[in-house]
Amino acid sequence: MPKSLFQKVWEAHTVRTLANGQTQLLIGTHLIHEVTSPQAFGMLRDLGLKVAMPNRTFATVDHIVPTDEVAEPYADPLADAMIKSLRRSCQEFGITFFDRATGKQGIVHVVGPEQGITQPGTTIACGDSHTSTHGAFGAIAFGIGTTQIRDVLATQTMALGRLKVRRINVTGRLGPGVYAKDVILHLIQTLGVNGGTGFAYEYGGDVFDRFSMEERMTVCNMSIEGGARVGYVNPDETTFAYLEGRPYSPKGAAWEAAVAGWRAVASDPGCAYDDVVTIRGEDIPPTVTWGINPGQAVGIDGCIPDPSKTTAVDEKASIEEALAYMKLKPGAPIKGTKIDVAFVGSCTNGRLSDFQEVARFLKGRRVAPGVKAIAVPGSQGVGVLCVSLGIDRLFRDAGFEWREAGCSMCLAMNPDKLVGDQICASSSNRNFKGRQGSPTGRTLLMSPLMVAAAAVTGRVADARAVFNVA
Amino acid sequence: MPLEKITSVAGRAVSVPGNDIDTDRIIPARFMKCVTFDGLGAFLFHDVRKNADGTDRAHPLNDPRFKGATILLSGANFGCGSSREHAPQALQKYGFRAIVAENFAEIFFGNCTTLGIPCLGASRADIQRIAAAVAQNPATEVVIDLAHSEIRFGGQTVKAAIRESAREALVNGRWDAIGDLLEGADRVKKLAARLPYLSV
Ligand code: SF4
Repeated sequence: MPKSLFQKVWEAHTVRTLANGQTQLLIGTHLIHEVTSPQAFGMLRDLGLKVAMPNRTFATVDHIVPTDEVAEPYADPLADAMIKSLRRSCQEFGITFFDRATGKQGIVHVVGPEQGITQPGTTIACGDSHTSTHGAFGAIAFGIGTTQIRDVLATQTMALGRLKVRRINVTGRLGPGVYAKDVILHLIQTLGVNGGTGFAYEYGGDVFDRFSMEERMTVCNMSIEGGARVGYVNPDETTFAYLEGRPYSPKGAAWEAAVAGWRAVASDPGCAYDDVVTIRGEDIPPTVTWGINPGQAVGIDGCIPDPSKTTAVDEKASIEEALAYMKLKPGAPIKGTKIDVAFVGSCTNGRLSDFQEVARFLKGRRVAPGVKAIAVPGSQGVGVLCVSLGIDRLFRDAGFEWREAGCSMCLAMNPDKLVGDQICASSSNRNFKGRQGSPTGRTLLMSPLMVAAAAVTGRVADARAVFNVA
Repeated sequence: MPLEKITSVAGRAVSVPGNDIDTDRIIPARFMKCVTFDGLGAFLFHDVRKNADGTDRAHPLNDPRFKGATILLSGANFGCGSSREHAPQALQKYGFRAIVAENFAEIFFGNCTTLGIPCLGASRADIQRIAAAVAQNPATEVVIDLAHSEIRFGGQTVKAAIRESAREALVNGRWDAIGDLLEGADRVKKLAARLPYLSV
């Protein structure tokens, strides 16, 4: 019987079936950060338990780290307590910690792949919903809560119900100026923010076959915004080429053996899926959100919906709620919406290729007066590469602030925040009310190049026209 | 580790209507700067309950009639967004013992179950009936009966749904998996030794 990757990885990691019918699943790789793990270590100490496999847990700091004043102690004593708490726990339990001093610190979903820790055919858990990112490598990667972090620390396993698998094909080609970010925003808009509940999403088709690893990560990253617990892409030559030579990748004979195993773990041709969805790449426009969840999006040539034009009660109510918060005009084109802040970064779009692509077009352009624009590499590694390629210069010359690695303005746990009802063109993944730090702040999600287009024009704009993308 | 068998939750209810109420709304990220969950209850739904100057806004949880409610009623896709356990922890620390909504986001549901907070799905019409009864008489006792998968209030009974594995875990006092998981330790070692990336 042909099997899907999900099925193979699930079976290979099943310890046993628990009394309540859930599976005890072995978690090969556990990633932790400072926000959701301190309480788990506390629970562990309370129960007098140890970390089962300290060599399979890797830690970094990302959410709370300031991106400008990086020296400790941090100005915010609560943030300072969190980083110290994580550092102490890592020492106590013998866990590898990618602290700033190692030069390997960054957003956990950028660091794992960069270090070669994220590998095909593995199970990964992390106390962060965007753990689905790691699925780009053909891993089954779960975002978990703190009590489950405790479970994984103490037993290297967790209790889980099995997911169904939906295959999502994106066929053909994307148009010029259309990116992985547009693919996932379009998919969420099409399938709904809870369309993926109970599913793992398997992405494939021509568009994914051609995608780089970084593009695959952008899509898998936001699976959770479509309600899917995990998203993955079958491993292929692109995956292997990315992993070869990374610090934690297998070496020598072990590399050959690993690649053979990784090839075999990909979904078999003809395997059964619980659902199949096909979307044409040509039909995907540069996409921008206008509302307060990632599914409230339109193509760049589209208009903000008018609640009076819909008869569906729920939809009407949710559009009204979103427009009241966003203070946007129903029926108006999204293009031309004035912005105050532009943010390029996050675990969705804070990798080398994101900055490279923007830099390609930013040369000779200037951020519009009155717009605050910041660029934040997803890891110290990405930052170093950008500097060595002169990319930081291009951003700075254009009027962007170039920062140190971290989550920054993706969420409000560090000093980078919106103020009042500022509106931000953002390459991040969530536009929830208050997400970027001000209870009335507003977020428009889009691709990094669209953020750049908004930065230089001061308004939501079609990057293809602004930068003559052909 | 014997745990409480949660077969029913009885108490007063409060309705916080709306769909897609995300975990950022339940507990805004800036209140997650903590190394324990203890003080989180105070910040539950903070940004929709408080004005910028710290005064109260109109919100069901600020309404004195619903003080002391232990059952939360809401709409569809409750708890979507971030996986932060801070959200169910804040609900629990605030005093909620059960949640009834049209349906729940996956991770949130699991996090709640693990803390012994039953999350029950009910139809919109039924939730509205409960909410209407509670609005009329906030002292109405609402009973979440996990043994029969139903909700009783003011002489009425409506059906409620909860995933069988979660229901089983709650009523048998196995909602916190750690005990079960620790028992499997030997098998875990054997399985890990068979997986190439874990045996090196
Ligand atoms: S960049 Fe944003 S979404 Fe990603 S881990 Fe950090 S806070 Fe979470």
